[in-house]
Amino acid sequence: MTPETYIQTGTTLKWLLGLAWLLPLVGFCIEIYGGHWGRRLDPASNGKKVKLAAYMAVFCIGTGFLLSLSAFVIWKGATDVQLVAAAHDAEHGDAHDSDHAGGHDDHEGHHADEGHDHEHAGGHDHDDADGHSHEGEARGQSPDESEHHEEHGNDPYAAAFSGTFYELAHFGKLRIAIDYYIDGLTLLMFCMVTLIATCIHVFAIGYMSDELTEDYEDHFVHLPGGKHFHRPGRFYRFFAFLSLFSFSMLGLVLAGNIFQVFVFWELVGVCSYLLIGFYVERHSASTAANKAFIMNRVGDFGFLIGLMILWTYFGTFQFANTDPASAGEVGLFQMVRDADGHLDVAETEEGSIVSLHGGEGRTIPYWLLIAAGIGIFGGCIGKSAQFPLQPWLPDAMEGPTPVSALVHSATMVAAGVYLTGRFYPMFTPEVLLTIAYIGCITLFIGATIAIVATDIKRVLAYSTISQLGYMMLALGVGGWVAGLYHLITHAFFKSLMFLCSGSVIHGCHHEQEMTKMGGLYKKMPITAIAMLIGVVAISGLAIPILNVGLSGFYSKDAIVASALAFMSGNRDTISFFAIPLFVMPLVTAGITAFYMFRLWFMTFAGPPKDHHVYDHAHESPSVMTLPLIVLSVFAIGCAWFGILENWILTAEPAHVAVGGTSAHHVALSMPSHHAIHGVHHTAGIAALFAAVVGAALSAVFYWKGLVDPNLVKRSFAGVHHFLVEKWQFDNLYDAMFVRPVHIVARWCTAFDKNVLDAFLHWLSRLTLATSSWDRKFDETFVDGLVNLVGSSTYKVGRSLQTVQTGSLRLYVMFIALGVMALFGLLFMFFPSA
Amino acid sequence: MEGVGVQGYLAVGAVLFVCGVICMATKRNGIGVLMGVELVLNGANVNFVAFSKFGPLGLDGQIASLFVIVLAAAEAAVALAIALNFYNNHLTIDVDRANELQG
Repeated sequence: MTPETYIQTGTTLKWLLGLAWLLPLVGFCIEIYGGHWGRRLDPASNGKKVKLAAYMAVFCIGTGFLLSLSAFVIWKGATDVQLVAAAHDAEHGDAHDSDHAGGHDDHEGHHADEGHDHEHAGGHDHDDADGHSHEGEARGQSPDESEHHEEHGNDPYAAAFSGTFYELAHFGKLRIAIDYYIDGLTLLMFCMVTLIATCIHVFAIGYMSDELTEDYEDHFVHLPGGKHFHRPGRFYRFFAFLSLFSFSMLGLVLAGNIFQVFVFWELVGVCSYLLIGFYVERHSASTAANKAFIMNRVGDFGFLIGLMILWTYFGTFQFANTDPASAGEVGLFQMVRDADGHLDVAETEEGSIVSLHGGEGRTIPYWLLIAAGIGIFGGCIGKSAQFPLQPWLPDAMEGPTPVSALVHSATMVAAGVYLTGRFYPMFTPEVLLTIAYIGCITLFIGATIAIVATDIKRVLAYSTISQLGYMMLALGVGGWVAGLYHLITHAFFKSLMFLCSGSVIHGCHHEQEMTKMGGLYKKMPITAIAMLIGVVAISGLAIPILNVGLSGFYSKDAIVASALAFMSGNRDTISFFAIPLFVMPLVTAGITAFYMFRLWFMTFAGPPKDHHVYDHAHESPSVMTLPLIVLSVFAIGCAWFGILENWILTAEPAHVAVGGTSAHHVALSMPSHHAIHGVHHTAGIAALFAAVVGAALSAVFYWKGLVDPNLVKRSFAGVHHFLVEKWQFDNLYDAMFVRPVHIVARWCTAFDKNVLDAFLHWLSRLTLATSSWDRKFDETFVDGLVNLVGSSTYKVGRSLQTVQTGSLRLYVMFIALGVMALFGLLFMFFPSA
Repeated sequence: MEGVGVQGYLAVGAVLFVCGVICMATKRNGIGVLMGVELVLNGANVNFVAFSKFGPLGLDGQIASLFVIVLAAAEAAVALAIALNFYNNHLTIDVDRANELQG
């Protein structure tokens, strides 16, 4: 790519994505004001007119999707990355290449045209100042293919475009700007977010239609006297918030510096707060919104600490500068890692020091780099609901179901995983190990709670937690692609399942308890089939011989393979502790299949459990089923032909593919692509086996009814109670934080009332007394003096009045007498004159 | 005309002045009062002229007396106009009736 085409492509991408990003904001403004004034101006015909807000929102986000898609096409054309099964995958001869067989043929054409036979996906052409480009090319032509694969790291900057939209402020050396960083991952997130958000928007038109009234009755708010709360519908407000949510998420993805990420990070948090608390009159909804917001603040505190460390030692917030013309200015990633992705660590007396690239000879202590990484990851823990900040996510189910779908698939929780992936070059192996363990714990906790949950949305919420744990685990064990791969596939099937559950809830008139459902397959076949697709996808089921499965199969396979490669690579160093990193996801794969099929069987199969619910159930209107069908297609096929995987691969940081060892605080070895591919088959079989066992067990319990679940529940009553109580997290946090805070708050109140207030009251009384004395003084002395002057002047005037008689002759007499008197005086006092 | 010193002039002036003042103080007729004013002014004029002749004033005294005559003429004109107007309004020129500016 020549510099001219680079600039040209960069500008085009910038405006396409910028427009896709800002359109929802425009939509938000129009919807919120339009809705408000529309209601004011024409309260009578609220119904049809306000539905315009929904169309507006769908238009904005739909156009955003089209723009993202065209941006992708332009990007792909300009950077000629290979998105279909790359050649190096085939040579390993594992079962994997049959996955890609379909895509192989049309790939040949590309190869012939461009002549980069073994070019790694994302191989690059433009000249970098480091000369890395030449190095990469040279390695690419190495005859030893396997070694090439071992050593050739990806060059993520070759297919990335960075720059600035608008500079907000300069404070000394601190530069606050609205930047962009566009690479394969950004584009993929844009396409995914806008597509899913479009589906959810369309779905919400149907789901939220009962808000299209001036008198909405909220059945969940009980007023005294057995009545329900009535309020005007908030249809337009819902869509306005959805648009704002999309805008925030897209801004987060487009952001080119970590500070901007933080800004949109908080915006996403605010939007989720607004939407989770959409039914604000319900006590549960408002507390859930608070919980989500406060728990995220805890994580964001870590984020802020990370930001401070980064700013202090790096002096920039920018991710990376990919512009070939100004390679001298570098971003965080390029400062911390060289072109091959290695950290430059030196041992000194003061401990390990990492030298930063890019002039100025900056350095950062190694432990502070770890602290920064863990701090930033702390933000991700909050946003992506990782242990120990996971309890907000199930409570977030209080929002309307489309919101749950959006929060739990494409936007809020995806933000944390996305940032972990985006910020990957900054994470040292120690941080990655933390991430892996956090993910490992999270995925197990989430899955186990999901087994006993009976609320259809809560099962999905816990499964989200569990799946997010998978993603974090994958990122932590060096499976960068696997983690983000799962993020995308999960976004599709989880939003699908949430919308299905929304359809069920809508069809059953806001009944969410699965214990009251059953047999709904006959009533709502489209929803049932769509949900089944989601369930199969998340379970990772596949046909063993052909290795063809739904999307979740591929991504979960990749994660388990990464975990296995990591475990076998680190047996020697962290021995026992490495085992759970592989065993947990494997076991949890089985649990996942179990609880997801449990959900499906309890809802759709078997005899109806509550005839009242069953009789009133109905299939949802087509505006709701259509998004289900679209999402089903993606949940089935988005991972086929390896397009998605290779797309993500283009953005992979340089050091991931190579793997390698580190020996600073913990001696870790990160698995290379080669190592992961080596164990792919084993891991895939194991994961599939676990999933099949889980699904079969589920069928035994909940479909065929061969074993009564209640019997098991009774014999493991302790465990069951522990799981129903969500591992006691809420109670623990209640005892650890909420109640102490309440006690301290009561102390503070008492102190306020008894000491501070008393002092203040005493002060005020003192002031009152002083001022009353002052008033008396004023009234008596000051006023008296002034009045005396006034009244005496008045009296003199009055007395002189009598002299003015109006008689001319008398005046003459006065003059004459006065003159005589003056003469008299003159002679009396100056007789000599 | 020997023997008539400054005292004679001053005596005449004083007599004129006192006559004028008494005239002003006693007459109720407005015209009478005006005449009294003329007497007072002329008493002063006699003094000016006398000091002009005997005292240090020189020509200044005569000039001052000329000014006083001019002033008396102007004053008479204005005062007569007031008197006429007063008569128009009150059908009298009794100055005791002109007490509307009383405090």
